[in-house]
Amino acid sequence: MVTEPAYEFETQDILLNVGPQHPSTHGVFRMVLSVDGEVVRDLVPHIGYLHRGAEKLCETMDYRQGIGFMDRTEYLAAFNAELSYVMAVEALTDIEVPERAQWIRMILCELNRLSSHFMFMGAFGIDVGVFATPFIYAWIGREALIDLFEEVSGDRMMFAYFRPGGLAWDVPRNFKQRVNEALVVAEQGIKDFDTMLTENEIFVARTTGVGKISAAEAIDWGMSGPSIRASGVPLDVRRDEPYLMYDQVEWDVIVGENGDVYDRYYCRLLEMRESVKIIRQCLEKMPDTGPIMPEKMPRMLRTAPGEVYVRTEAPRGEYGVYLVSKGGNRPHRLKVRSACLANLQALRDMSVGQYVADAIVVLGSIDIVLSEVDR
Amino acid sequence: MNADLFGLELNVWADAAIRLVMVVTLMTVVVMGYTYLERKIIARFNRRLGPTKTGPWGLLQAVADALKLVGKEDLRPRSADPWTFELGPYMIFIPIFMGFVIVPFIADFHIRLLDLGLIYFVAISSVSIVGWVMAGWGSDNRYAMLGALRSVAQGISYELPLVLSLLAVGMYAGSFNLGVIIAGQDVVPNIVWQPMAAFIFFIAALAELNRTPFDIPLGESEVVGGPFVEYSGIRWSMFQLGEYASIFIMSLVFSAVFLGGWMWPFGEDLGRWFQVLLSGIKAGGFFFVVVWIRISVPRMRIDQLMGYSWKVLLPLALVQVLVNGLVMVNGWHEVTLLISGLVGVAVLVTVTGRVVAAPSVRPGPARPLMPTPAIAQGEAVS
Repeated sequence: MVTEPAYEFETQDILLNVGPQHPSTHGVFRMVLSVDGEVVRDLVPHIGYLHRGAEKLCETMDYRQGIGFMDRTEYLAAFNAELSYVMAVEALTDIEVPERAQWIRMILCELNRLSSHFMFMGAFGIDVGVFATPFIYAWIGREALIDLFEEVSGDRMMFAYFRPGGLAWDVPRNFKQRVNEALVVAEQGIKDFDTMLTENEIFVARTTGVGKISAAEAIDWGMSGPSIRASGVPLDVRRDEPYLMYDQVEWDVIVGENGDVYDRYYCRLLEMRESVKIIRQCLEKMPDTGPIMPEKMPRMLRTAPGEVYVRTEAPRGEYGVYLVSKGGNRPHRLKVRSACLANLQALRDMSVGQYVADAIVVLGSIDIVLSEVDR
Repeated sequence: MNADLFGLELNVWADAAIRLVMVVTLMTVVVMGYTYLERKIIARFNRRLGPTKTGPWGLLQAVADALKLVGKEDLRPRSADPWTFELGPYMIFIPIFMGFVIVPFIADFHIRLLDLGLIYFVAISSVSIVGWVMAGWGSDNRYAMLGALRSVAQGISYELPLVLSLLAVGMYAGSFNLGVIIAGQDVVPNIVWQPMAAFIFFIAALAELNRTPFDIPLGESEVVGGPFVEYSGIRWSMFQLGEYASIFIMSLVFSAVFLGGWMWPFGEDLGRWFQVLLSGIKAGGFFFVVVWIRISVPRMRIDQLMGYSWKVLLPLALVQVLVNGLVMVNGWHEVTLLISGLVGVAVLVTVTGRVVAAPSVRPGPARPLMPTPAIAQGEAVS
C-alpha cells in the first residue's frame, strides 16, 4: 500500500465544478470536486435545479390529476411511480383492485424496470467511456418496450395509465403476444450487454473496487434498490412486503458482494433477468378476461381522513408515497420518498479518495433520475 | 540544381513547393474522407445510417461540417491568455504537418526521405504536446487544464514504447529511412518478423493519437473535451484537422514500417496508381481498426494507462530490441525472430488483461472542504 505521498512543495487542491451542465451528471446535478491532481479529496453535491414542487402541486389537485405529476417525478419508470401513488390513494379509500388489473400493473411495472435498467446500461456505458455503442444497443431493447407502453397507455413515457381502483382502460387484445415479443428483444439486449460490458476487461478494470460502500454504511444512508443490494443487503420491498401479486411468483433477490460499481452494474443486469422471469410467470397466471376497475367507482374520489405510507420497489429503489388526507377530494399533504435522493447521499462517501474519472463512474452507477431527486 | 518529379525536370525549390502543396492537398482530402468514413463506420456499428442527406451517400458531410465551423464565431474567454490560447491549435497542427515530410506515399513520390526519418517523425510528433499544454493552460478552464496535464503524462509515457518499437524495426531493417525500410519488404512485410513491435507500436500509436481506449485527455464524460473545451469555430476545427491528420500519418507510417507500404505484396512493377491503391488500402485498414476499437471499448483510467505503459509496453519493447540485437550479432535465422515475436505477442495479450485489471492502489484519504455536518455523522442534532 502506498500512503500519502510526501510532497516537498506546497500543493493546493483546486475546485472542479462538475455540472449542472456536464455530459455525465445525468441531468442538472452539480457536484463540486476538490481535486488534488487527479484525486478527488472532497465532493459537495448540489441538488435542486429541477425542483418543481410536484408534491405541493398535487395538494391543489384532484387525486386523479396527481397521477400525471407522479409520472414526471420518475420519468424513466413512470409506472412504478404511479403505482405507489395510486396504491396510497386506494389504501385511503378502501378500493378493492380487481385481480386482472393487478396482474397487468405488475407486468407493466416489471417491463418498466427492464426499460429503466436498459437506460442505465446505456448511460453507464457512456460514463465509462464507450462511444455511444452500448447506448444505441440499449435503445433496441428499450424501444421495443416503450412501443409496447405506447400501445397500452397511449404515451411513451408519461403514461398516466394506472388509476385509483385499477387501470384507465383495458390492455390491447394481443397484449400477451406483444409482451412476449418485447421480452424476446429485451432478452437479446441483456445478452448483448453481457458481451459488450460485463466481460470487457477494461470495463471490469474500471469498475471493480471503485466506489465501494459497505453494507452498514449503505443502510445508514438509507439506500435502497440495486444500489444497496450490491453491497450485500437483501432488501427488496417486493419480497419483504409483497404488494400486487409478488407473493405468487417465483424469483430471486439479486444480492452483490463487494458493493462496488461493478456489483451495482451486475446486480441490475441480473435483476433484468429476474424481471423477465417474473413477467413470464405473470403472463401465465394472468386471467385473459375480467374487470379492470371495480364495478362501482365514485364519480368524485373522496378519501377518509387519515394518513398512509405506501412503498414499492421501483427500479432505483424504494419509491414511497406518504399521503395525508383530511377528507375531501385532494391530498392535504403528499410526500414522495425518493430512492434516488437517499442513494445520492452516499455519493460523497463512495467517491472521495478516488480518481476524478471514478467519481463520474460512481455517480453513473447510482443511476439517479434528477427529477425524482428534486421533484 | 534540378530535381526529378514524375519525370519533370524542375528547380529544387519549385519541386519542393509542388510536393508540399500536393501533400497538403492530399492530407486535407484524406482528413475529410476520414471524418466521413469514421461517421459511416460508427453508424454502421451502431445500427444507424450515418450522414445520408448531404450529397450522394452523405459524401459532402465533411464539406458541410467545415463550412459550418468556418462560419461560427471564434470565441475567446475573457480570462483566457490571448497568446497561448490563440497559438495553441497551431502548435498542435504544425508539427503534425511537418511529420509528412518523411512519408513515402508511393515509390516515386515523397517530400524528402531523410536518413533518420523515423527519429525525425517521433521527435516532431511529440512537439504537438506543447500545443496541448498551451491550449489547456491558455483556456483558463480547469477541465482544459486537467486534460492538458493528462495529455502530457500520456504523451511522455507512450513516446517511449513507440520509439523503442520503431528502433527495433530500424535495427532489423538496417535503416531509419522509410524508403529503405519499405524497399526491404518486397517479399515479406516486417510485421511477420516483428509482430510484437507492431503490436506495441499500434497500442502506443493509439495513445499518441488520443484515441479510445486512451482518449483520457479528451474524455467527454469526464473532462468534457479536455484542452479544446473553450475553442469554437475555425480553431476548434484545427484540433479536429490535426487529430485526423495525425491518424493519417500514423496509419501511413504503420503501413510503411510494418506492412510494406506500397511495396508488399506486388513489388513496384504494377504502376503508380496501383501503389496508391495499395497504400490507401493499408492506411484505411489501420484507420478502420482504430475506429473499430473506438466504438467497442471503454476508456481506461489514468493510473491504469500509465501503469500499462511503464509496466508492460516499455519492458516488452526493450526485450524486442534485445532480441533483435542478439539475432543480428549471432546471425541466427529469421525464424527466431518470428517465434520470439509470437511468444512476445502472447505474453503481451495475457499480461495486458492482468495488469490493467489488477486492483490499483487507491490514491489516498479525504481532505474535507468543510467539516462534515453532525447529522451526516449520525449524531443527534438538537
